[in-house]
Amino acid sequence: MSGSRLVAAIVLLAVLSAIPAILPPYFLHLVIQILIWSFIYTAWALMGRFGFVSFGHGAFLGVGAYVPALLWNFYGLTPWLGIPLSIIAAVLLAAVVGYPCFRRRVVGHYFALVTLALSQVVLLSLVAARDVTGGSLGFTQKAVGHSWYALQFPEKGYFYAIAVLLWLAGLAIWRWIDRGIGREALEAISEDEDAAASIGIDVMRAKMRVTIISAGLTALGGAIYGQYVMYLNPETVAGIAVSLQIVFAAIAGGVYSLLGPSVGALLTLSLTEGLRVWFGTNFIGAANTIYGILLVLCIIFMPQGIVGALQRVTLPRRAPAKANATETPQSVTRRPSSAAQ
Amino acid sequence: MLAVEGLSKRFGGFLAVNQVSFEVRAGEILGLIGPNGSGKSTTFNLIAGNLRPSSGSIRLEGAEIGGLPAHMICHRGIGRTFQIPRPFRKLSLVENVTLSAYYGEAGRFSRAEAEHRAREVLELVGLPCDPQATTLGLGASALKKLELARALATKPKLLLADESLGGLDRAEMERAADLLGDIRKRLGITIIWVEHIMGVLMRVVDRVIVLDHGEKIFEGEPAHAAIDARVTEVYLGKSHGERAQPV
Repeated sequence: MSGSRLVAAIVLLAVLSAIPAILPPYFLHLVIQILIWSFIYTAWALMGRFGFVSFGHGAFLGVGAYVPALLWNFYGLTPWLGIPLSIIAAVLLAAVVGYPCFRRRVVGHYFALVTLALSQVVLLSLVAARDVTGGSLGFTQKAVGHSWYALQFPEKGYFYAIAVLLWLAGLAIWRWIDRGIGREALEAISEDEDAAASIGIDVMRAKMRVTIISAGLTALGGAIYGQYVMYLNPETVAGIAVSLQIVFAAIAGGVYSLLGPSVGALLTLSLTEGLRVWFGTNFIGAANTIYGILLVLCIIFMPQGIVGALQRVTLPRRAPAKANATETPQSVTRRPSSAAQ
Repeated sequence: MLAVEGLSKRFGGFLAVNQVSFEVRAGEILGLIGPNGSGKSTTFNLIAGNLRPSSGSIRLEGAEIGGLPAHMICHRGIGRTFQIPRPFRKLSLVENVTLSAYYGEAGRFSRAEAEHRAREVLELVGLPCDPQATTLGLGASALKKLELARALATKPKLLLADESLGGLDRAEMERAADLLGDIRKRLGITIIWVEHIMGVLMRVVDRVIVLDHGEKIFEGEPAHAAIDARVTEVYLGKSHGERAQPV
């Protein structure tokens, strides 16, 4: 088992390191995008898999992208400090919104609505602060060429390496949460908060923890994305549209499995690009329509996501307990019922 | 061990629990009975921290616990079951109980130790310890046992058993009642047992408290409860002159 795993890991590493040498720039660009978005979708799914469906991750993404860019342009602060600051800002935002939600038991649809509003608030703030952020016209970081200090690399190879590391780190964090007993506690919370609390689980703390991790990682993903594309637009890194993009892609790929969100990113981004290239300027809107239809079909027919559906076919299911057969007979000492006599 | 004093809970204009006071002695099984809507479950939820009292105090071994959140009350040593079983369906049987063994002690033990204890408790209540077993095939009786196992795995000093027997047939009821008696003997824990079925409860409990419309109308030995005028009236109606029969 560990031997074949080692081989698989080596093959994966070999393929990953060969990609920048083989692929033409356009495809390398696509791969980098897929890796960064995979990381972001994975971060979202850390929460989403427990039924905490957040439509507010666009907000964290926007904070993550804009904070280091603004600090760089206006104060010359290196992203090496700007990115941690953006993560802290996103975590604070998540805490400020999450705490009252969890305290007041805002769950399910209501939680989705609150977070939906959050992403729109960040979008509108970015647009409104036009003098600073450039508003709807977008924002471009001051380019300095190849620089570790500014975390800017015109050659794609550097960002490819960063994106791969980011993606692997995301998978490792997923794994770490998945392996811990905290995963079962969150599973219990997602089913029944009262019952979970009654066995000693601090529901509030468990939910805050996973929310903060998810928001912080999303901000990190946004920051790296911003550093890579060097152009931020409120519509593409904040707001409802990108929040929905995150939710749909992660769910289509499968939020219950390690690679689900990554498969979601791979499929949705290749599909968007593929359709865009295929249709070109003919039938404007056709690409988006087909994309939407395919996504709807995916979600209807594979509610566990693509990876979930594949696993269902390939893995055997757990057998239900045969409770009655295994019940141990107990010695029933019948005393005369003293009640009411 | 547990002292409840002047406990009240108001939902808007409705007083669900009105100035209820009682004490639970270490090692006893106390029955808490009353007709539907008499405030038994509310009293329970107040003690277990699922609801906050409007007024009054709840002290466990001298320390005030009224108004603490549910998970802290669990850590203080009060375990509870729910009237309608609420298993975690996405987790296996062993995982259900392991989780409560782990978090019931606020994570002071390793996962392996928690799993070990979970197996002991599953065995005690008579459920399979098979790691593959899920909660899907469990019937009413087994689900009640799972509730009990989950509560016991938190190592409570005081167990709150909520209507443990609803939905069981006569033989299952007898077995469940014996199980509670057995648990008290073997684990040395104190039990408050909420029930609206009087019959089976009466032969296991040491004392009984009867609630009606949120007020305590009787406290004492089960045999006396059955001949108490007010208890008979609550259960059987006013004009009924005959002796109370187990429901």
